[in-house]
Amino acid sequence: MTVDVNTIIERRACISGVGQSEIGRRLYRDPLELTLDGCLAAIEHAGLTPADIDGLSTYPGPMGMPAGFSGAGAYDVIDALRLKCGWYGSGLETSGQLGSVVNACLAVASGLATHVLCFRSVYEGSAQGEKGRSAVLPGGGGGGGGGFKASGFTEWNLPFSAPSAAIWIAMFAQRHFHQYGITREQLAWIALNDRRNAELNPKAIYRDPMTMDDYMNARMISTPFCLYDCDVPCDGATAVIVSRRDRAGDLRNRPLRVEAVGTRIDGRPSWDQFDDLSTMANRAAGKQLWERTELKPADAQMAQLYDGFSWITMSWLEALGLCGEGESGEFIDGGANIARDGRLPLNTHGGQLSAGRLHGYGFLHEGATQMWGQAGERQIATPPEVGVIAAGGGNTCGCLLLVRE
Amino acid sequence: MADADVPFRILPRLTDRNRDFWTAGARGELRFWRCQDCGFYIHPPAPICPSCYSKDMETEAVSGRATVATYSVNHQPWMPGPELPYVVAIVEIVEQPSVRLTTNLVNIAPDAVQIGMPVRVTFEHHPDPDGDVYLPLFEPES
Repeated sequence: MTVDVNTIIERRACISGVGQSEIGRRLYRDPLELTLDGCLAAIEHAGLTPADIDGLSTYPGPMGMPAGFSGAGAYDVIDALRLKCGWYGSGLETSGQLGSVVNACLAVASGLATHVLCFRSVYEGSAQGEKGRSAVLPGGGGGGGGGFKASGFTEWNLPFSAPSAAIWIAMFAQRHFHQYGITREQLAWIALNDRRNAELNPKAIYRDPMTMDDYMNARMISTPFCLYDCDVPCDGATAVIVSRRDRAGDLRNRPLRVEAVGTRIDGRPSWDQFDDLSTMANRAAGKQLWERTELKPADAQMAQLYDGFSWITMSWLEALGLCGEGESGEFIDGGANIARDGRLPLNTHGGQLSAGRLHGYGFLHEGATQMWGQAGERQIATPPEVGVIAAGGGNTCGCLLLVRE
Repeated sequence: MADADVPFRILPRLTDRNRDFWTAGARGELRFWRCQDCGFYIHPPAPICPSCYSKDMETEAVSGRATVATYSVNHQPWMPGPELPYVVAIVEIVEQPSVRLTTNLVNIAPDAVQIGMPVRVTFEHHPDPDGDVYLPLFEPES
């Protein structure tokens, strides 16, 4: 298929800098301060100052519930840094966490802004405290006192004692495993690969080696997921700068061109009413991405694919055509293909399973860092020129293809 | 089910649109909104038929028979609820498999559950001052 480059306007955008705050399991720090630390780090990394920033984009915007899910909204950061924005926006209903980055690309491509600050900030570790995830579930996890009633999206899962995405995604995984004969011993390689990468990432939450026995002996959460298939809530903020490519040539880092994005959803925007429960909204987003470029999946030299739950990474591998449909189990089995020195280095920072649930943006931060050759001990030997980044699961999925200029 | 066997559940907030679904179990019925023009079942409830865009809809009882599309055996004590481990499943109703319910499978050992198995509805009664709720759970058909 011939691509008309004039219609692929995301190519007028590039990633010019990335930054992160302190990251920790539970920092008990002011979430806005963490957010600003991440934002200022990214601005400086790009070789810019706050006065150069004229756009702002974030996911999901201000949200009180679930606690810790959003450290700051767009207005919080615009005001704290006194930004003057030609364009800004936030929102939860978009193509995954990276939907906010896609919005920024479209904003710079249309000339509404030149340098857009994009961020994702979480403090779920501190918000949950020592009580763990149940502390932030609807009804407070304490027995639903106070007459709490489920409504909206939760009406269809809470009454059946299914309050967690762990269960919802586990059901997708089970269906996928059933159709293609995939095993937990294969699934384990997402967690094991993440952990061996995290061992070399000084900011990762869990860095101790993990063996197959450790994985197989971990307590079950919701079949087929054990504890190590679930990402680790943490505190931290990640930011990236999306710049107009024609204005990024003299910045500090080589521009990472946004070659193509994937945002499409072609089934019901639902976790349990989606037509094919062996895949998710990502199947359409992944396909759309390759329709917008002459590059092929085989050209990808690195993949950073969301692992809020381990199986989501397998789903993205298939949705993006990085392996065949139903073949992700075989592709990751043994871990050689996805190792740092393998055919397709994957989640080289440790993913959310080991490096913390920075919620999507951690993958973009890592991908850009690797493409710039700035990943330190965990650097892929030859910094990738072409990398694919994907985030989200269920009904909210988006992806980016980056090319170093 | 005897009350003593009924686990704690967070109940749905009843509205005019969802009341039949959550309460028709009192009569042993599983009811869905159905388009009176084209016959399409609509779930979750919505004010328009997504197939023909008619607004002429009524709730109708279905057979209560369904097929297990997928499931997960939950071991994690997220909140008070059924005895662990319990089975969360997505079932497809036989009248229109595109209508799915997230539900629990009961009266079956978790390790006996299989994708594709036929199941039928059974209701769990929850007295409530805002209106009694009958959760549609599913059990093996035979």
